[in-house]
Amino acid sequence: MSDTIDKVSIIVSRGSLEGVYPGLIMANGARMEGIEANLFFTFFGLDAIHRSRHNHVKVSTVGEPGLHLATWLGGFPGMSAIVTHQLAKKMEDLDIPPIPEFVEMIADSGAGLYACKASVDLFGLGPDDFIEQVDGIITVGEFYSLAAGGQIVFT
Amino acid sequence: MSTETIAGSAVEVDPEGFLEDPKQWNEGIAEEIAHGNGIDHLTDRHWQVVKFMRTSYLENGTAPSIRSLGKLSGVPIKELYQLFPKGPAKLAAKIGGIPKPRGCI
Repeated sequence: MSDTIDKVSIIVSRGSLEGVYPGLIMANGARMEGIEANLFFTFFGLDAIHRSRHNHVKVSTVGEPGLHLATWLGGFPGMSAIVTHQLAKKMEDLDIPPIPEFVEMIADSGAGLYACKASVDLFGLGPDDFIEQVDGIITVGEFYSLAAGGQIVFT
Repeated sequence: MSTETIAGSAVEVDPEGFLEDPKQWNEGIAEEIAHGNGIDHLTDRHWQVVKFMRTSYLENGTAPSIRSLGKLSGVPIKELYQLFPKGPAKLAAKIGGIPKPRGCI
């Protein structure tokens, strides 16, 4: 096995802010190192490339011990929006772009962006629901062809 | 750290070939590092990015993120990757004689 990574295909399967960012950071980081990268959005991860939802991805405030917030408190109306807002401010200070800008940056870096066909069908979505940077709605088989010869990372 | 001769000057470089001391840099060194990293000729657009990286580093002590590079250098992200296919921030830093950027974004 080679001691360098030349290609990665990253699957984004979650629709929370903390679920989406790691995949985006890994894809952008790969391109920054000159590594070929593809992003495959599946299930709730589709929100990250959904035209009207990608600007409203929120932190999940329930059932995350790492947030150090009591579950009953995390379930309060508006809690998710407050925590997301605080985090967004911190991210801007650290020059981490909001999701829509980040996804566009990654597309501009030459990475491929794909939506999972099974999830698109499941949620009754179509090509018009996604941002223009999306290269296609593909099957799992097509994903494996695209990912061939590289590493696959599931997030 | 090791000493290497680049474009006729003896310079200190790290294991990845980044200059240890930005003051040892000159344009001849930039051209030679570019050739060694798959860029045959540094165009005006390459220079615009390299000089922006270098100036930001010398002024702020850190190299800009790829996001600020795309916003502030005058060269959009798509073109940055066409100019420096092996990674714009990393390669422009190397050519510009400044340390490897350590940001994740």
